[in-house]
Amino acid sequence: MKHTISILVENNAGVLARISGLFARRGFNIYSLAVGVTDDETVSRVTIVADGDDYTLEQIEKQLNKLIDVIKVRTVKPDELLQRELVLVKVSCTAAQRHELISIAKITQAKISDISIDSMTLELSDCESRLEKFQELLRPYGIKEVVRTGTIAIQKGSAALRA
Amino acid sequence: MASERMTVAAAMVKALEQEGIKHIFGYPGAAICPFFDELIKSDIQNILVRHEANSGHAAAGYARIMGKPAVCAATSGPGATNLITAIATAHMDSVPLIAITGQVVSSQIGRDAFQEADITGASEPFVKHSFLVKDKNVIAEVIKKAFYIAGTGRPGPVLIDVPMDIQKQEIDFEYPETVEIRSYKPSVSGNKLQIRKAAEAVKNSRKPLICAGGGIFTAGAVGELLQLSEKCDIPVISTMMGIGAIPTEHKNYYGMLGVFGVETAKLALQESDLVIALGARMSDRSVTSLLPFNDTVVIHIDVDPAEIGKNSPVNIPIVGDVKKVLEQLLTELGEMKHEEWQDMLYRNKLECREKNRAEDNCAEHVSPKHFVKTLCKHLPDKCAVCSDVGSNQIWAANNVVLTDQGRFFTSGGMGTMGYAYPAAVGVKVAEPDREVVALSGDGSFQMSFMELATAVQHGINVKGVVFVNNYLGMVREYQDKNFEGRRTMVDLSGSPDFSKIAEAYGIKSETVSKDSDVESAVKKMIETDEPYLLQVMVDRTERSLIE
Repeated sequence: MKHTISILVENNAGVLARISGLFARRGFNIYSLAVGVTDDETVSRVTIVADGDDYTLEQIEKQLNKLIDVIKVRTVKPDELLQRELVLVKVSCTAAQRHELISIAKITQAKISDISIDSMTLELSDCESRLEKFQELLRPYGIKEVVRTGTIAIQKGSAALRA
Repeated sequence: MASERMTVAAAMVKALEQEGIKHIFGYPGAAICPFFDELIKSDIQNILVRHEANSGHAAAGYARIMGKPAVCAATSGPGATNLITAIATAHMDSVPLIAITGQVVSSQIGRDAFQEADITGASEPFVKHSFLVKDKNVIAEVIKKAFYIAGTGRPGPVLIDVPMDIQKQEIDFEYPETVEIRSYKPSVSGNKLQIRKAAEAVKNSRKPLICAGGGIFTAGAVGELLQLSEKCDIPVISTMMGIGAIPTEHKNYYGMLGVFGVETAKLALQESDLVIALGARMSDRSVTSLLPFNDTVVIHIDVDPAEIGKNSPVNIPIVGDVKKVLEQLLTELGEMKHEEWQDMLYRNKLECREKNRAEDNCAEHVSPKHFVKTLCKHLPDKCAVCSDVGSNQIWAANNVVLTDQGRFFTSGGMGTMGYAYPAAVGVKVAEPDREVVALSGDGSFQMSFMELATAVQHGINVKGVVFVNNYLGMVREYQDKNFEGRRTMVDLSGSPDFSKIAEAYGIKSETVSKDSDVESAVKKMIETDEPYLLQVMVDRTERSLIE
């Protein structure tokens, strides 16, 4: 089962290496990992989507909490989470195909971020499953490159995760 | 305290003095020289070892007997990587170690400079925490934090890596009096509701059993353990790390459990209806493989929440300092009696002793079990027995006799060969009036006997014992059992006469070849007031497994 784990860490050098190293050596699989600084510049937030049963999740949380630079760890159920991921997709696009792609962008609420004589780059921020559908729609045109940020997540409602 | 102008290297020494450090075990190299140079001006004594790993093991021995962090130091590159085994050994056994390493100059980091190694990266899986000091102004805070992290909660090694150029820079030094780490707040007291549940479980149990781990020593809970066992009449077994947590000859003690443990401890675990695990990791070698009994209630008390439920299911988990939790638990419990249960175990203990006694006598060689018992008979109460890894560890663990003042030290989790002698050196430096014996096999001794020089140079009166059978005995047993007796890479023929090795170092020694000579040899060794080596000739086929 996939879990989305939010981790607040000290914004120190080497923190990410400690976290990713922990996942690797304890045999926990990472689907995606995203990291960025929070409104408090001494604190970074890491969002990890990982695979595992309840036992594995409990161990992941406990082992993360043992790292000195880890301030807080929280795993929230998927239906209580707002999850977003950004994707950039560069597709082949002839002049004749531009209108079709513009209409796909409109329907999916994607942005056209770049255009060239024979390509177009579309940008979409959404949950993981819709990003996958989006990619499926673009596949027939010939995907040249896909870049995804990894999922970030925030809890719905007024509850906040702070250091 | 007003700040003082000095180099970072001088500040490091001052900080160690503030932490009450009296000894450093180390090995030099260019990158750590600025720090070592400042040590000359300090009262801190430098103990030069002969291999960096042994500086770590010696500091670990020192830390374990003192119950507080001890310091080892090495240079960059190979000096630092040689430390890793010692750091990993300390990590597994929750020993508070401060490892200081020199690093190449800041501008060279990442360029594969001479003797450069990414030691914070390489040691990461084995440290509780580590620091690479890139800013000269944080050194005081880093050292303060390092000692706090290493010595509190579940203790462990902390590495501080300081580039050579940083060591030479000047700062205004002021050592902080307190330390605050927002992300590190170890639990101390146990949850009250859980304590009450545990007390109920003890009251309802007909066959309770305490399993004492190394956490008893870490928490300083020896007294509370004894009180719980005596007040509630509960039998005690121990893990290897917990040996001596209760005097080995106490009527309530039934020996070490686990794969290589004694029969009575296994029986106790199988028959009990309640296991109270105290500061024990429930490792694969001790508990897990023996706990398939669904109706046994398990109370697990540990300072590290990650250990609870990691290896075996738990009914009543309590996170907290074992000493504190036991104090809380004791207030909830009145006196109890479990006569039938104790009688059953006691009868089994006597039967096993009788059986072992029959096997003990050996005319042509020394029986290692007989040796350990005889040794302990003559050791003063205030002693430390350090054992190595292999058959010798099991012989020692299952036959060592300790009073409430004696301690047993070995590499429990990591099983690091070569641990005993350097660890014994550390213990002896920490407590010179304690009789300290290192028990090794001929395999493990050859991994650290260069430290005989350390003992001679610094006048460290450690007594070394080497069991010689020209085999890596435990691996041989494993091969006999699992590889149809095909023995590969276990024959140690070609090993030296260890009494001649001792002689080469100027150390007195003796060789014993039969049981009848053991007593006088042991007495002579203990009476000798300088480093000593006893070579003990053991039957090549002597095994470590009891059955």
